[in-house]
Amino acid sequence: MRRYRWLAAIPTLGMLGGVPFANRVHPYVLGLPFLLAWIVVWVVITSLVMALIYLLDSKRDAELASTAATSPDDSRSS
Amino acid sequence: MTPALAVIIGVFVLAIALGLMARRGHVMSLEQWSVGGRGFGSVFVFLLMAGEIYTTFTFLGGSGWAYGKGAPAFYILCYGAIAYSVSYFLLPIVWRYAQTRRLVSQADFFVAKYESKTLGVVVALVSVAALVPYLVLQLKGLGIIVSEASGGVITQAVAVWTSSIALVGYVVVSGVRGSAWTSALKDVMILAAAVGIGVYLPLHYFGGYRAMFEAVEAAKPGALTLPASGMSPAWFISTVLLTATGFYMWPQFFAGVYTARSENVFRKNAVILPLYQLVVLFVFFTGFAAMLVVPGLKGAAADLSLLRIVEQSFGSWTVGAIGAAGLLTALVPGSMILITAGTIISQNIYRVMAPAASDRTVSLVARSLVPVLTLVAVILTLRGGQTLVVLLLMGYNFVTQLFPALILSLGERQRVSAASAIAGIVAGELTVVFLTVTSASVATLLPGAPQMVKDLNVGFVALAVNAVVLTVVALATRVETPVVTELERTR
Repeated sequence: MRRYRWLAAIPTLGMLGGVPFANRVHPYVLGLPFLLAWIVVWVVITSLVMALIYLLDSKRDAELASTAATSPDDSRSS
Repeated sequence: MTPALAVIIGVFVLAIALGLMARRGHVMSLEQWSVGGRGFGSVFVFLLMAGEIYTTFTFLGGSGWAYGKGAPAFYILCYGAIAYSVSYFLLPIVWRYAQTRRLVSQADFFVAKYESKTLGVVVALVSVAALVPYLVLQLKGLGIIVSEASGGVITQAVAVWTSSIALVGYVVVSGVRGSAWTSALKDVMILAAAVGIGVYLPLHYFGGYRAMFEAVEAAKPGALTLPASGMSPAWFISTVLLTATGFYMWPQFFAGVYTARSENVFRKNAVILPLYQLVVLFVFFTGFAAMLVVPGLKGAAADLSLLRIVEQSFGSWTVGAIGAAGLLTALVPGSMILITAGTIISQNIYRVMAPAASDRTVSLVARSLVPVLTLVAVILTLRGGQTLVVLLLMGYNFVTQLFPALILSLGERQRVSAASAIAGIVAGELTVVFLTVTSASVATLLPGAPQMVKDLNVGFVALAVNAVVLTVVALATRVETPVVTELERTR
Protein backbone atom coordinates (compact mmCIF):
# COMPACT_ATOMS: atom_id res chain seq x y z
CA MET A 1 0.00 0.00 0.00
CA ARG A 2 1.23 3.44 -0.83
CA ARG A 3 -1.43 5.54 0.85
CA TYR A 4 1.04 8.36 1.44
CA ARG A 5 0.82 9.09 -2.28
CA TRP A 6 -2.48 10.87 -1.59
CA LEU A 7 -0.37 13.63 -0.04
CA ALA A 8 0.21 14.80 -3.61
CA ALA A 9 -3.36 16.14 -3.70
CA ILE A 10 -2.74 18.57 -0.82
CA PRO A 11 -0.88 21.31 -2.74
CA THR A 12 -3.49 21.42 -5.50
CA LEU A 13 -6.37 21.57 -3.03
CA GLY A 14 -4.59 24.14 -0.88
CA MET A 15 -3.48 26.36 -3.71
CA LEU A 16 -6.76 26.47 -5.62
CA GLY A 17 -9.16 25.99 -2.73
CA GLY A 18 -7.63 28.98 -0.99
CA VAL A 19 -7.80 31.36 -3.95
CA PRO A 20 -11.26 32.82 -3.12
CA PHE A 21 -10.05 33.59 0.44
CA ALA A 22 -6.51 34.63 -0.45
CA ASN A 23 -7.74 37.05 -3.12
CA ARG A 24 -6.46 40.21 -1.40
CA VAL A 25 -3.52 42.60 -1.45
CA HIS A 26 -2.82 42.84 2.31
CA PRO A 27 -0.89 41.68 4.21
CA TYR A 28 2.23 41.75 2.07
CA VAL A 29 4.43 38.67 2.48
CA LEU A 30 8.11 39.02 1.55
CA GLY A 31 7.23 42.06 -0.52
CA LEU A 32 4.55 40.23 -2.48
CA PRO A 33 0.82 41.03 -2.45
CA PHE A 34 -1.03 38.34 -0.52
CA LEU A 35 -2.59 36.48 -3.47
CA LEU A 36 0.75 36.13 -5.25
CA ALA A 37 2.53 35.11 -2.03
CA TRP A 38 -0.16 32.49 -1.40
CA ILE A 39 0.46 30.93 -4.81
CA VAL A 40 4.26 31.05 -4.51
CA VAL A 41 4.17 29.37 -1.09
CA TRP A 42 2.00 26.56 -2.48
CA VAL A 43 4.30 26.06 -5.45
CA VAL A 44 7.18 25.59 -2.99
CA ILE A 45 5.05 23.21 -0.90
CA THR A 46 4.33 21.22 -4.09
CA SER A 47 8.05 20.57 -4.50
CA LEU A 48 8.44 19.63 -0.83
CA VAL A 49 5.51 17.21 -0.87
CA MET A 50 6.73 15.57 -4.08
CA ALA A 51 10.19 15.22 -2.54
CA LEU A 52 8.64 13.52 0.48
CA ILE A 53 6.70 11.09 -1.73
CA TYR A 54 9.85 10.42 -3.72
CA LEU A 55 11.76 9.52 -0.56
CA LEU A 56 8.97 7.29 0.75
CA ASP A 57 8.68 5.58 -2.64
CA SER A 58 12.44 4.99 -2.81
CA LYS A 59 12.38 3.49 0.66
CA ARG A 60 9.46 1.25 -0.24
CA ASP A 61 11.10 0.15 -3.51
CA ALA A 62 14.24 -0.79 -1.59
CA GLU A 63 12.17 -2.82 0.90
CA LEU A 64 10.37 -4.62 -1.93
CA ALA A 65 13.68 -5.31 -3.67
CA SER A 66 15.08 -6.97 -0.54
CA THR A 67 11.90 -9.09 -0.12
CA ALA A 68 12.07 -10.04 -3.79
CA ALA A 69 15.66 -11.17 -3.27
CA THR A 70 14.54 -13.68 -0.62
CA SER A 71 11.39 -14.91 -2.40
CA PRO A 72 11.67 -16.11 -6.03
CA ASP A 73 8.68 -14.27 -7.59
CA ASP A 74 8.95 -10.58 -8.30
CA SER A 75 6.18 -8.86 -6.33
CA ARG A 76 6.94 -5.34 -7.47
CA SER A 77 3.49 -3.77 -7.41
CA SER A 78 2.35 -0.43 -6.12
CA MET B 1 26.13 46.84 -36.32
CA THR B 2 24.88 47.55 -32.80
CA PRO B 3 26.12 45.39 -29.89
CA ALA B 4 22.54 44.07 -29.49
CA LEU B 5 22.52 42.79 -33.04
CA ALA B 6 25.95 41.20 -32.63
CA VAL B 7 24.84 39.33 -29.49
CA ILE B 8 21.66 38.06 -31.16
CA ILE B 9 23.47 36.86 -34.26
CA GLY B 10 26.26 35.29 -32.15
CA VAL B 11 23.85 33.31 -29.97
CA PHE B 12 21.82 32.32 -33.01
CA VAL B 13 24.89 30.90 -34.77
CA LEU B 14 25.99 29.12 -31.57
CA ALA B 15 22.53 27.54 -31.16
CA ILE B 16 22.44 26.30 -34.74
CA ALA B 17 25.98 24.91 -34.44
CA LEU B 18 25.01 23.05 -31.24
CA GLY B 19 21.87 21.77 -32.92
CA LEU B 20 23.81 20.45 -35.89
CA MET B 21 26.61 18.92 -33.82
CA ALA B 22 24.13 17.06 -31.61
CA ARG B 23 23.82 14.43 -34.33
CA ARG B 24 27.43 13.26 -34.07
CA GLY B 25 27.85 9.54 -33.49
CA HIS B 26 24.22 8.60 -34.13
CA VAL B 27 22.57 6.95 -37.10
CA MET B 28 19.24 8.71 -37.57
CA SER B 29 16.53 6.06 -37.57
CA LEU B 30 13.01 7.28 -36.81
CA GLU B 31 13.38 6.12 -33.22
CA GLN B 32 16.63 8.03 -32.87
CA TRP B 33 15.29 11.15 -34.58
CA SER B 34 11.93 11.30 -32.74
CA VAL B 35 12.75 10.00 -29.27
CA GLY B 36 16.57 10.04 -29.07
CA GLY B 37 16.81 6.24 -29.04
CA ARG B 38 15.15 6.31 -25.57
CA GLY B 39 18.52 6.99 -24.03
CA PHE B 40 18.17 10.41 -22.34
CA GLY B 41 19.09 10.70 -18.66
CA SER B 42 17.64 13.05 -16.06
CA VAL B 43 19.44 16.15 -17.29
CA PHE B 44 18.36 15.91 -20.92
CA VAL B 45 14.78 15.03 -20.06
CA PHE B 46 14.74 17.90 -17.57
CA LEU B 47 16.00 20.25 -20.26
CA LEU B 48 13.36 19.07 -22.72
CA MET B 49 10.58 19.39 -20.16
CA ALA B 50 11.81 22.74 -18.92
CA GLY B 51 12.35 23.76 -22.52
CA GLU B 52 8.64 23.42 -22.96
CA ILE B 53 7.77 25.66 -20.03
CA TYR B 54 9.78 28.67 -21.09
CA THR B 55 8.36 29.30 -24.49
CA THR B 56 7.86 32.74 -25.99
CA PHE B 57 4.46 32.56 -24.35
CA THR B 58 5.92 32.61 -20.85
CA PHE B 59 8.38 35.29 -21.77
CA LEU B 60 6.20 37.75 -23.70
CA GLY B 61 2.72 36.47 -22.79
CA GLY B 62 3.52 36.14 -19.07
CA SER B 63 4.78 39.70 -18.80
CA GLY B 64 2.07 40.85 -21.22
CA TRP B 65 -0.68 39.40 -19.04
CA ALA B 66 0.76 40.89 -15.86
CA TYR B 67 1.03 44.21 -17.70
CA GLY B 68 -2.40 44.20 -19.28
CA LYS B 69 -4.52 42.16 -16.86
CA GLY B 70 -2.66 42.02 -13.54
CA ALA B 71 -3.45 39.19 -11.10
CA PRO B 72 -5.18 36.86 -13.61
CA ALA B 73 -1.65 36.27 -15.00
CA PHE B 74 -0.86 34.31 -11.83
CA TYR B 75 -2.66 31.31 -13.30
CA ILE B 76 0.49 30.64 -15.35
CA LEU B 77 2.35 29.93 -12.10
CA CYS B 78 -0.27 27.48 -10.83
CA TYR B 79 -1.02 25.02 -13.59
CA GLY B 80 2.54 23.83 -14.03
CA ALA B 81 2.92 22.92 -10.35
CA ILE B 82 -0.28 20.88 -10.50
CA ALA B 83 0.63 19.18 -13.76
CA TYR B 84 4.04 18.24 -12.34
CA SER B 85 2.59 16.62 -9.25
CA VAL B 86 0.31 14.56 -11.51
CA SER B 87 3.27 13.74 -13.78
CA TYR B 88 4.91 11.82 -10.94
CA PHE B 89 2.20 9.18 -11.28
CA LEU B 90 1.15 9.54 -14.91
CA LEU B 91 4.44 9.61 -16.80
CA PRO B 92 6.01 6.39 -15.46
CA ILE B 93 2.89 4.48 -16.61
CA VAL B 94 3.06 6.06 -20.08
CA TRP B 95 6.82 5.53 -20.30
CA ARG B 96 6.70 1.85 -19.32
CA TYR B 97 4.02 1.07 -21.90
CA ALA B 98 5.76 3.03 -24.66
CA GLN B 99 9.11 1.43 -23.84
CA THR B 100 7.92 -2.17 -24.22
CA ARG B 101 6.04 -1.41 -27.46
CA ARG B 102 8.69 0.90 -28.93
CA LEU B 103 6.19 3.70 -29.54
CA VAL B 104 7.43 6.91 -31.17
CA SER B 105 4.40 9.20 -31.07
CA GLN B 106 1.51 10.09 -28.81
CA ALA B 107 -0.95 8.79 -31.42
CA ASP B 108 0.93 5.44 -31.26
CA PHE B 109 -0.09 5.20 -27.62
CA PHE B 110 -3.78 5.45 -28.52
CA VAL B 111 -3.35 3.02 -31.45
CA ALA B 112 -1.77 0.39 -29.18
CA LYS B 113 -4.12 0.85 -26.25
CA TYR B 114 -7.34 0.91 -28.25
CA GLU B 115 -6.08 -1.41 -31.03
CA SER B 116 -7.37 1.06 -33.59
CA LYS B 117 -5.41 2.74 -36.37
CA THR B 118 -8.43 4.92 -37.11
CA LEU B 119 -8.22 6.40 -33.63
CA GLY B 120 -4.52 6.99 -34.36
CA VAL B 121 -5.44 9.00 -37.46
CA VAL B 122 -7.97 11.05 -35.48
CA VAL B 123 -5.43 11.79 -32.73
CA ALA B 124 -2.81 12.63 -35.36
CA LEU B 125 -5.11 15.14 -37.04
CA VAL B 126 -5.95 16.76 -33.69
CA SER B 127 -2.25 16.96 -32.88
CA VAL B 128 -1.32 18.66 -36.13
CA ALA B 129 -4.25 21.07 -35.80
CA ALA B 130 -2.94 22.09 -32.37
CA LEU B 131 0.77 22.04 -33.19
CA VAL B 132 0.67 24.31 -36.22
CA PRO B 133 -0.90 27.27 -34.33
CA TYR B 134 1.57 26.63 -31.52
CA LEU B 135 4.44 26.84 -33.97
CA VAL B 136 2.95 30.00 -35.44
CA LEU B 137 2.83 31.40 -31.92
CA GLN B 138 6.53 30.69 -31.42
CA LEU B 139 7.49 32.23 -34.76
CA LYS B 140 5.34 35.30 -34.09
CA GLY B 141 7.11 35.76 -30.76
CA LEU B 142 10.47 35.24 -32.39
CA GLY B 143 9.74 37.89 -35.02
CA ILE B 144 8.65 40.41 -32.40
CA ILE B 145 11.63 39.77 -30.12
CA VAL B 146 14.32 39.91 -32.77
CA SER B 147 12.96 42.94 -34.58
CA GLU B 148 12.43 44.86 -31.32
CA ALA B 149 15.80 43.92 -29.86
CA SER B 150 17.63 44.79 -33.06
CA GLY B 151 15.99 48.21 -32.99
CA GLY B 152 14.06 47.44 -36.16
CA VAL B 153 17.23 46.76 -38.20
CA ILE B 154 16.03 43.20 -38.73
CA THR B 155 12.39 43.18 -39.80
CA GLN B 156 10.00 40.57 -38.42
CA ALA B 157 9.77 38.91 -41.83
CA VAL B 158 13.55 38.60 -42.16
CA ALA B 159 13.85 37.25 -38.59
CA VAL B 160 11.10 34.67 -39.13
CA TRP B 161 12.44 33.48 -42.50
CA THR B 162 16.09 33.25 -41.40
CA SER B 163 15.31 31.43 -38.15
CA SER B 164 12.89 29.07 -39.85
CA ILE B 165 15.43 28.02 -42.46
CA ALA B 166 18.07 27.39 -39.77
CA LEU B 167 15.49 25.58 -37.66
CA VAL B 168 14.59 23.26 -40.53
CA GLY B 169 18.29 22.56 -41.04
CA TYR B 170 19.10 21.38 -37.56
CA VAL B 171 15.79 19.62 -36.98
CA VAL B 172 16.19 17.54 -40.15
CA VAL B 173 19.80 16.71 -39.30
CA SER B 174 19.70 16.04 -35.54
CA GLY B 175 16.09 15.49 -34.50
CA VAL B 176 15.32 15.62 -30.80
CA ARG B 177 19.03 15.53 -29.87
CA GLY B 178 19.33 18.97 -31.44
CA SER B 179 16.43 20.20 -29.29
CA ALA B 180 18.09 18.89 -26.13
CA TRP B 181 21.43 20.55 -26.85
CA THR B 182 19.99 23.94 -27.84
CA SER B 183 17.76 23.65 -24.78
CA ALA B 184 20.82 23.64 -22.54
CA LEU B 185 21.99 26.95 -23.99
CA LYS B 186 18.49 28.35 -23.79
CA ASP B 187 17.96 27.50 -20.13
CA VAL B 188 21.17 29.21 -19.08
CA MET B 189 20.27 32.34 -21.03
CA ILE B 190 16.63 32.52 -19.99
CA LEU B 191 17.47 32.01 -16.33
CA ALA B 192 20.01 34.78 -16.43
CA ALA B 193 17.80 37.09 -18.49
CA ALA B 194 14.45 36.58 -16.76
CA VAL B 195 15.79 36.54 -13.21
CA GLY B 196 18.26 39.33 -13.93
CA ILE B 197 15.73 41.84 -15.21
CA GLY B 198 13.02 40.70 -12.81
CA VAL B 199 15.29 41.32 -9.83
CA TYR B 200 16.78 44.55 -11.15
CA LEU B 201 13.83 46.51 -12.52
CA PRO B 202 11.68 46.74 -9.34
CA LEU B 203 14.75 47.77 -7.32
CA HIS B 204 15.89 50.28 -9.90
CA TYR B 205 12.58 52.04 -10.49
CA PHE B 206 10.82 51.63 -7.17
CA GLY B 207 13.50 50.78 -4.62
CA GLY B 208 11.92 47.43 -3.73
CA TYR B 209 9.30 44.82 -4.53
CA ARG B 210 6.71 45.89 -2.02
CA ALA B 211 7.17 49.49 -3.10
CA MET B 212 6.56 48.49 -6.71
CA PHE B 213 3.39 46.57 -5.88
CA GLU B 214 2.11 49.46 -3.76
CA ALA B 215 2.70 51.82 -6.66
CA VAL B 216 0.85 49.43 -8.98
CA GLU B 217 -2.07 49.22 -6.54
CA ALA B 218 -2.18 53.02 -6.26
CA ALA B 219 -2.08 53.56 -10.03
CA LYS B 220 -4.46 50.74 -10.93
CA PRO B 221 -6.55 49.73 -7.91
CA GLY B 222 -7.56 46.07 -8.13
CA ALA B 223 -4.73 45.04 -10.46
CA LEU B 224 -3.21 42.75 -7.82
CA THR B 225 -6.37 40.79 -7.05
CA LEU B 226 -8.88 38.88 -9.15
CA PRO B 227 -12.01 40.87 -10.02
CA ALA B 228 -15.42 39.81 -8.65
CA SER B 229 -16.71 38.93 -12.11
CA GLY B 230 -15.05 38.04 -15.39
CA MET B 231 -11.57 36.80 -14.49
CA SER B 232 -12.83 35.97 -11.02
CA PRO B 233 -11.64 33.24 -8.64
CA ALA B 234 -14.08 30.86 -10.41
CA TRP B 235 -12.44 31.68 -13.74
CA PHE B 236 -9.01 31.32 -12.19
CA ILE B 237 -9.59 27.90 -10.63
CA SER B 238 -11.34 26.48 -13.69
CA THR B 239 -8.64 27.80 -16.03
CA VAL B 240 -5.83 26.37 -13.90
CA LEU B 241 -7.53 22.96 -13.76
CA LEU B 242 -8.28 22.93 -17.48
CA THR B 243 -4.75 23.97 -18.40
CA ALA B 244 -3.20 21.41 -16.03
CA THR B 245 -5.44 18.77 -17.66
CA GLY B 246 -4.18 19.64 -21.11
CA PHE B 247 -0.53 20.05 -20.09
CA TYR B 248 0.71 16.53 -20.86
CA MET B 249 -1.74 16.08 -23.72
CA TRP B 250 0.55 18.16 -25.94
CA PRO B 251 2.00 15.63 -28.38
CA GLN B 252 5.57 17.02 -28.20
CA PHE B 253 5.46 16.75 -24.41
CA PHE B 254 4.08 13.25 -24.50
CA ALA B 255 6.73 12.12 -26.99
CA GLY B 256 9.36 13.83 -24.83
CA VAL B 257 8.45 11.28 -22.17
CA TYR B 258 9.60 8.50 -24.50
CA THR B 259 13.14 9.90 -24.67
CA ALA B 260 13.87 8.93 -21.05
CA ARG B 261 16.21 6.10 -20.16
CA SER B 262 14.34 5.17 -16.98
CA GLU B 263 11.08 6.05 -15.26
CA ASN B 264 12.84 7.42 -12.22
CA VAL B 265 13.72 10.47 -14.31
CA PHE B 266 10.10 11.67 -14.13
CA ARG B 267 9.90 11.28 -10.38
CA LYS B 268 12.98 13.41 -9.87
CA ASN B 269 11.70 15.99 -12.33
CA ALA B 270 8.35 16.18 -10.53
CA VAL B 271 10.26 17.35 -7.45
CA ILE B 272 12.43 19.94 -9.18
CA LEU B 273 10.22 21.40 -11.91
CA PRO B 274 7.70 23.20 -9.64
CA LEU B 275 10.54 25.16 -8.06
CA TYR B 276 12.16 25.81 -11.40
CA GLN B 277 8.90 27.21 -12.61
CA LEU B 278 9.14 30.04 -10.09
CA VAL B 279 11.29 31.83 -12.67
CA VAL B 280 7.95 32.95 -14.09
CA LEU B 281 7.59 35.10 -10.98
CA PHE B 282 10.39 37.32 -12.24
CA VAL B 283 8.67 37.61 -15.59
CA PHE B 284 5.62 38.92 -13.71
CA PHE B 285 7.79 41.45 -11.85
CA THR B 286 8.96 42.76 -15.20
CA GLY B 287 5.38 43.02 -16.45
CA PHE B 288 4.27 44.96 -13.35
CA ALA B 289 7.25 47.29 -13.54
CA ALA B 290 6.45 47.92 -17.20
CA MET B 291 2.86 48.74 -16.27
CA LEU B 292 4.11 51.95 -14.63
CA VAL B 293 7.30 52.64 -16.55
CA VAL B 294 6.08 52.12 -20.13
CA PRO B 295 2.29 52.56 -19.87
CA GLY B 296 -0.16 52.79 -22.75
CA LEU B 297 0.41 49.53 -24.66
CA LYS B 298 -3.06 48.24 -25.50
CA GLY B 299 -4.35 44.79 -26.54
CA ALA B 300 -1.84 42.72 -28.47
CA ALA B 301 0.83 45.40 -27.91
CA ALA B 302 0.87 44.40 -24.20
CA ASP B 303 3.06 41.49 -25.28
CA LEU B 304 5.73 44.06 -26.14
CA SER B 305 5.87 45.43 -22.59
CA LEU B 306 8.88 43.34 -21.54
CA LEU B 307 10.94 44.37 -24.55
CA ARG B 308 9.97 48.05 -24.24
CA ILE B 309 11.00 48.34 -20.61
CA VAL B 310 14.24 46.49 -21.32
CA GLU B 311 15.07 48.87 -24.17
CA GLN B 312 14.35 51.84 -21.96
CA SER B 313 16.34 50.57 -18.97
CA PHE B 314 19.42 48.87 -20.32
CA GLY B 315 22.27 49.33 -22.76
CA SER B 316 22.50 47.68 -26.11
CA TRP B 317 24.44 44.61 -24.87
CA THR B 318 21.74 43.66 -22.37
CA VAL B 319 18.98 44.26 -24.90
CA GLY B 320 20.83 41.88 -27.21
CA ALA B 321 21.15 39.23 -24.51
CA ILE B 322 17.41 39.43 -23.74
CA GLY B 323 16.62 39.32 -27.44
CA ALA B 324 18.85 36.26 -27.86
CA ALA B 325 17.23 34.51 -24.90
CA GLY B 326 13.83 35.29 -26.42
CA LEU B 327 14.97 33.92 -29.76
CA LEU B 328 15.92 30.63 -28.09
CA THR B 329 12.56 30.42 -26.29
CA ALA B 330 11.04 30.19 -29.76
CA LEU B 331 13.61 27.93 -31.41
CA VAL B 332 13.62 25.10 -28.86
CA PRO B 333 9.86 24.49 -28.61
CA GLY B 334 9.66 25.15 -32.36
CA SER B 335 12.09 22.32 -33.04
CA MET B 336 10.19 19.92 -30.80
CA ILE B 337 6.90 20.82 -32.47
CA LEU B 338 8.37 20.15 -35.91
CA ILE B 339 9.84 16.78 -34.90
CA THR B 340 6.58 15.72 -33.29
CA ALA B 341 4.38 16.85 -36.16
CA GLY B 342 6.66 15.17 -38.73
CA THR B 343 6.71 11.94 -36.75
CA ILE B 344 2.95 11.87 -36.23
CA ILE B 345 2.05 12.52 -39.84
CA SER B 346 4.49 9.92 -41.20
CA GLN B 347 3.90 7.29 -38.52
CA ASN B 348 0.18 7.60 -37.89
CA ILE B 349 -1.22 8.90 -41.17
CA TYR B 350 1.23 8.05 -43.98
CA ARG B 351 2.00 4.54 -42.71
CA VAL B 352 -1.72 3.79 -42.44
CA MET B 353 -2.27 4.86 -46.06
CA ALA B 354 0.85 3.00 -47.28
CA PRO B 355 1.14 -0.09 -45.06
CA ALA B 356 3.90 -1.54 -47.25
CA ALA B 357 6.24 1.40 -46.58
CA SER B 358 9.55 0.46 -44.96
CA ASP B 359 10.83 2.05 -41.73
CA ARG B 360 13.39 3.87 -43.81
CA THR B 361 10.72 5.44 -46.01
CA VAL B 362 8.61 6.47 -43.01
CA SER B 363 11.65 8.09 -41.43
CA LEU B 364 12.39 9.92 -44.67
CA VAL B 365 8.78 11.13 -44.92
CA ALA B 366 8.94 12.42 -41.34
CA ARG B 367 11.98 14.53 -42.10
CA SER B 368 10.72 15.70 -45.49
CA LEU B 369 7.61 17.06 -43.77
CA VAL B 370 9.67 19.45 -41.63
CA PRO B 371 10.26 22.07 -44.36
CA VAL B 372 6.64 21.76 -45.53
CA LEU B 373 5.21 22.33 -42.05
CA THR B 374 7.61 25.19 -41.45
CA LEU B 375 6.59 26.88 -44.68
CA VAL B 376 2.92 26.67 -43.70
CA ALA B 377 3.70 28.13 -40.28
CA VAL B 378 5.81 30.95 -41.72
CA ILE B 379 3.05 31.97 -44.10
CA LEU B 380 0.47 31.93 -41.30
CA THR B 381 2.84 33.92 -39.07
CA LEU B 382 3.49 36.67 -41.55
CA ARG B 383 -0.16 37.08 -42.46
CA GLY B 384 -0.79 38.35 -38.93
CA GLY B 385 -3.70 37.70 -36.60
CA GLN B 386 -4.62 37.44 -32.95
CA THR B 387 -2.59 38.06 -29.82
CA LEU B 388 -0.29 35.35 -28.45
CA VAL B 389 -2.51 34.06 -25.69
CA VAL B 390 -5.70 33.54 -27.70
CA LEU B 391 -3.85 31.41 -30.24
CA LEU B 392 -2.42 29.24 -27.52
CA LEU B 393 -5.76 28.78 -25.78
CA MET B 394 -7.35 27.39 -28.95
CA GLY B 395 -4.55 24.83 -29.43
CA TYR B 396 -4.73 24.05 -25.75
CA ASN B 397 -8.42 23.24 -25.99
CA PHE B 398 -7.73 21.00 -28.97
CA VAL B 399 -5.23 18.77 -27.18
CA THR B 400 -7.19 18.81 -23.91
CA GLN B 401 -9.88 16.81 -25.71
CA LEU B 402 -7.51 13.81 -25.71
CA PHE B 403 -7.57 13.67 -21.92
CA PRO B 404 -10.70 11.52 -21.26
CA ALA B 405 -9.67 8.85 -23.78
CA LEU B 406 -6.12 8.78 -22.40
CA ILE B 407 -7.13 8.46 -18.76
CA LEU B 408 -9.58 5.67 -19.58
CA SER B 409 -6.82 3.73 -21.34
CA LEU B 410 -4.34 3.72 -18.46
CA GLY B 411 -5.67 0.59 -16.75
CA GLU B 412 -4.29 -2.86 -17.43
CA ARG B 413 -7.33 -3.86 -19.46
CA GLN B 414 -9.06 -1.72 -22.08
CA ARG B 415 -12.59 -1.00 -20.88
CA VAL B 416 -14.02 1.37 -23.48
CA SER B 417 -14.16 0.94 -27.25
CA ALA B 418 -12.15 2.83 -29.84
CA ALA B 419 -15.42 4.00 -31.37
CA SER B 420 -16.36 5.78 -28.14
CA ALA B 421 -12.93 7.44 -27.88
CA ILE B 422 -13.22 8.67 -31.47
CA ALA B 423 -16.79 9.90 -30.95
CA GLY B 424 -15.80 11.76 -27.77
CA ILE B 425 -12.75 13.41 -29.31
CA VAL B 426 -14.58 14.46 -32.49
CA ALA B 427 -17.54 15.86 -30.52
CA GLY B 428 -15.14 17.73 -28.22
CA GLU B 429 -13.15 19.23 -31.10
CA LEU B 430 -16.28 20.35 -32.94
CA THR B 431 -17.43 22.05 -29.75
CA VAL B 432 -14.07 23.83 -29.41
CA VAL B 433 -14.33 25.11 -32.98
CA PHE B 434 -17.94 26.20 -32.46
CA LEU B 435 -17.13 27.99 -29.20
CA THR B 436 -14.11 29.73 -30.72
CA VAL B 437 -15.86 30.79 -33.94
CA THR B 438 -18.86 32.18 -32.07
CA SER B 439 -16.56 33.51 -29.29
CA ALA B 440 -18.94 31.98 -26.80
CA SER B 441 -18.48 32.00 -23.03
CA VAL B 442 -20.44 30.25 -20.32
CA ALA B 443 -22.15 33.63 -19.77
CA THR B 444 -23.45 33.74 -23.36
CA LEU B 445 -24.44 30.05 -23.28
CA LEU B 446 -26.22 30.23 -19.91
CA PRO B 447 -27.27 33.85 -19.40
CA GLY B 448 -29.40 32.93 -16.37
CA ALA B 449 -26.64 31.16 -14.43
CA PRO B 450 -25.10 32.58 -11.25
CA GLN B 451 -22.02 34.75 -11.80
CA MET B 452 -19.68 32.06 -10.50
CA VAL B 453 -20.87 29.59 -13.14
CA LYS B 454 -20.75 32.26 -15.86
CA ASP B 455 -17.07 32.84 -15.17
CA LEU B 456 -16.04 29.21 -15.60
CA ASN B 457 -13.61 28.62 -18.43
CA VAL B 458 -15.63 27.77 -21.51
CA GLY B 459 -13.17 24.99 -22.36
CA PHE B 460 -14.94 22.86 -19.79
CA VAL B 461 -18.05 22.86 -21.98
CA ALA B 462 -16.12 21.10 -24.76
CA LEU B 463 -14.60 18.65 -22.28
CA ALA B 464 -18.06 17.90 -20.86
CA VAL B 465 -19.57 17.31 -24.34
CA ASN B 466 -16.61 15.01 -25.05
CA ALA B 467 -17.09 13.02 -21.84
CA VAL B 468 -20.85 12.65 -22.31
CA VAL B 469 -20.57 11.49 -25.94
CA LEU B 470 -17.76 9.11 -24.99
CA THR B 471 -19.82 7.59 -22.19
CA VAL B 472 -22.97 7.18 -24.30
CA VAL B 473 -21.09 5.52 -27.19
CA ALA B 474 -19.06 3.38 -24.78
CA LEU B 475 -22.28 2.03 -23.27
CA ALA B 476 -23.83 1.46 -26.71
CA THR B 477 -20.75 -0.37 -28.05
CA ARG B 478 -20.18 -2.38 -24.89
CA VAL B 479 -20.88 -5.66 -26.74
CA GLU B 480 -17.43 -5.44 -28.29
CA THR B 481 -15.67 -5.52 -24.96
CA PRO B 482 -15.74 -9.30 -24.33
CA VAL B 483 -14.20 -9.89 -27.77
CA VAL B 484 -11.34 -7.52 -26.98
CA THR B 485 -10.84 -9.19 -23.60
CA GLU B 486 -10.75 -12.58 -25.32
CA LEU B 487 -8.07 -11.38 -27.68
CA GLU B 488 -6.07 -10.00 -24.77
CA ARG B 489 -6.26 -13.32 -23.00
CA THR B 490 -5.08 -15.44 -25.93
CA ARG B 491 -1.87 -13.41 -26.18
